[in-house]
Amino acid sequence: MQPYPESVPLPSADKRWKLVEATMRRHGYKASALIEVLHTVQESFGYLDDTSLRFVASSLRIPISKVFGVATYYHFFSMKPPGEHTCVVCLGTGCYVKGSGELMKMIEREAHICAGETTPDGKLSLVAARCIGSCSLAPAVVIDGEVIPRAQANAVQEQLRRWIGHDSR
Amino acid sequence: MTLDELQEIAESEREAQKKITHRINVSVAAGCLSLHSDVVFNILHEEVKKRGMEESCKVKAVGCMGLCAAGPLVRSEPQHTYYRGLPPDSPEVLSAIVDSINGRPVPEFALSPEIPFFAAQKRIVLENCGEIDPERIEDYIGVGGYQSLLTCIAKRSREDVVQEIIKSGLRGRGGGGYPTGLKWSMVAKAAGEQKYVICNADEGDPGAFMDRSVLESDPHRVLEGMAIAAYAVAATKGYIYCRAEYPLAVKRLKVAIRQAEKLGLLGKRIGESDFSFEVEVRIGAGAFVCGEETALIASVEGERGVPRPRPPFPAYSGLNHCPTLLNNVETFANIVPIVRNGAEWFASIGTDKSKGTKVFALVGDVVNTGLIEVPMGMKLRDLVYSLGGGIPDNKKFKAVQTGGPSGGCIPEQFLDMGVDYESLMSAGSIMGSGGMIVMDETACMVDVAKFFMDFTRDESCGKCIPCRVGTTQLHGMLERISEGKGRMEDLDTLERLGNMVKRTALCGLGQTAPNPVSSTVRYFRDEYVQHITNKTCAQGKCPCSKAPSTAAGK
Repeated sequence: MQPYPESVPLPSADKRWKLVEATMRRHGYKASALIEVLHTVQESFGYLDDTSLRFVASSLRIPISKVFGVATYYHFFSMKPPGEHTCVVCLGTGCYVKGSGELMKMIEREAHICAGETTPDGKLSLVAARCIGSCSLAPAVVIDGEVIPRAQANAVQEQLRRWIGHDSR
Repeated sequence: MTLDELQEIAESEREAQKKITHRINVSVAAGCLSLHSDVVFNILHEEVKKRGMEESCKVKAVGCMGLCAAGPLVRSEPQHTYYRGLPPDSPEVLSAIVDSINGRPVPEFALSPEIPFFAAQKRIVLENCGEIDPERIEDYIGVGGYQSLLTCIAKRSREDVVQEIIKSGLRGRGGGGYPTGLKWSMVAKAAGEQKYVICNADEGDPGAFMDRSVLESDPHRVLEGMAIAAYAVAATKGYIYCRAEYPLAVKRLKVAIRQAEKLGLLGKRIGESDFSFEVEVRIGAGAFVCGEETALIASVEGERGVPRPRPPFPAYSGLNHCPTLLNNVETFANIVPIVRNGAEWFASIGTDKSKGTKVFALVGDVVNTGLIEVPMGMKLRDLVYSLGGGIPDNKKFKAVQTGGPSGGCIPEQFLDMGVDYESLMSAGSIMGSGGMIVMDETACMVDVAKFFMDFTRDESCGKCIPCRVGTTQLHGMLERISEGKGRMEDLDTLERLGNMVKRTALCGLGQTAPNPVSSTVRYFRDEYVQHITNKTCAQGKCPCSKAPSTAAGK
C-alpha cells in the first residue's frame, strides 16, 4: 500500500493550525480522530468554518460531506464565530424548575437576540445548555466560562448591560 | 510495579499521614469551586502557614462532600465538624476556623456530621469522595487503591473475577439495570483477538451529576474498575467517553491516567504481568443520544452518534466490530469494593433484586440539594424529607422526577415506596442514572411534560420515524394544550401515540421518550383537563395563563 502523503499544506501561516495538526498527528491521522480534531479546531479558533472543515477532511482523508455531517450533528460544535462574551444559560431540569426558563427569556429580551444567536455588534453570544451538572446550585448561568451558581436575574442583567451598550438597541 | 511495591507506597503514605494531627479538607469539586472554594483553600492554607503549623495541620483539596446546598464545604478533623457556606471574602472567619482547630468549632458555620443528610448515607461508591486529593495518586494508593487490581492480576483467574461480579448481583447504574456480571461474561466468552472496555461518562440526563462528581473526586477508582474489567474480559484498550460540558472531570481523568501509567498501574505490563491495558479519554460533543451504547460507540469511532439496531450487541460486535464491554461510571466505581470485600458483602446490601447502593443527585425544590448515596430500597419519603430536609418555604410536595427524559414523575402516593429498579418501573418511571428532581406545588405538570418532549424532540437523532416524528407530534400536542387550545381527545391521542413510539422506536431514547408524558397524564390528569377545559394554568407557568409568571431566579 502506498504510504499517505501525510501533510496537507496548512491553510495559512496562522500558528493555530499547528495545534490542529498536532492533534491529528497524535491520532496517527486516523479517521476515528475526527471529533477530537474538530474539538481542537473549535478550541483554537472558536468555531468551525469552511476552511477548517476542508483542511480536516483532506488531512484525515474523509469526504467533506461526512465532516460537515459530523460537525453539524453535535450541538457542541459551532459554525458561527462566537461573540466577545458568552452567556450560557443552563436549561437542564434542575435549573428549569428553579426558573432558568424565565431567566433565559429575560436575557433574550435584554439582548434582543434568541438563544443560539450573537448580538449584531458581536459583543454577546447567548447559548442554551442542556445541563452543565450544577443542578444543586440551580439556576446556573455560565458567563465567559465562569459558573454563576443560583443566578439572580438582576445580577445577570447588570453584567450583560455592561457589555451590550445602550446604543445597540 | 508489583503488589509488594504498591503496598510499600501505601505504607509510606499512611506513615506520612499519621504525622498529621489536624486536617482541614476543602471541597474543590465543580459545585463548591463555583462558590469559590479555591479561594477558601488558599486562605486557609496561608493561615496555617502563618502559624507555622504546616507539619501538623494539613489543608487538603478534596472532591465532593455531597451537600452542595451548603457549599463551599470544609471538613475539619479531629473536630469532626463540617463547615458550611464559608465566605471566601472573609479572611477573619477563615482565620478563626484555623484558630479553633484544637477547641470548639466556630458555631456560626459549623454543621454536624450527625445530621440525617450525612448520617443516613451509606457511602461505597463515594467512600473516597471528600477524603482524598483527586489529583494525587499516592492519596488513592494510601487508602488501598490499585491493590484490588494487582491482586486480581497476580492471584485470581479471569473467570474467577467475572464470577465474583455475577455473584454480587451488581446491575448497570446507567439506567437500564442490566446485570453487570452477565455483560462481562458475554464479552469474556466472545471470540476476538482485540476487545475493548468503554466507560460511559456521557451523563446527558439533565438534572443528574453523579458521574461528574465521581470523576472529579475519585478518578482513579473508575480507572481501577475499568482495568479490573479489562483483565476479566481480556481487553487491552479502553476509552472513557466523557461529556465536553465537564472540563474539570476531563482534566482530572487525564491527570489520573498519566499518574497511573507512570507507576505502571495502567499501560503496558501492569503489575509486571503480561496484561496490558491502555486508556484514552474521548470527549463527547453534546448529543444526548450518545448515552445509548451503539450511538456512543459510533461517536468514539468519530462518526455521527447515531444508534443502530441490536443485535449484534456490542458485547459481540462493538467498537471497530470487536467485542466491547460498555459500563457506566458508577458501575465501574462499584467494582473495586466488590473485589475487595467480596460478592456476599455487596449482595447483603440493598433489596432482593437491586443490590448495593445507588448515588442520587437530589435537586429541585428540596432544602439539601446535593449528592447522596443510600442503600437500594430506601423510602422516597426518607430521601426527600429526611436526607433532603424537605421542601423549602413550607410548600407542598408535588412530584419527584427520576430517570431524566426517559423517566417519569412520581406523585405523592408513592412516597412510602422503597426505591429500586423494579419499584420505580412499576410506578411508571425508571431508575435512570440517578437524577432526582423534586417539584413542589408550584410546578405545572403539563409544562414539565412539555419541557421533556422539547428535549427529546431536539435530541432525537432522526434516524427512525417513530422517534423523529412521534416526539414532534407529542410536543406539538402539549404545546397546544399549554396554550389553552387543547381538546379532550388529545389526552387519548397522547397516550396512543406515546405507546406507539414506545413500541416501535429504534433505541432507548425513543422507546422511553413518551414516559414523562404518560406518567403525568396518568397521575396528574386533572391538570391536563384544567388546561383543556378552563384554558388556564393554575400554576401560571403555561402561555394560556393570564396570571403573571413567577419571577425568575427566586
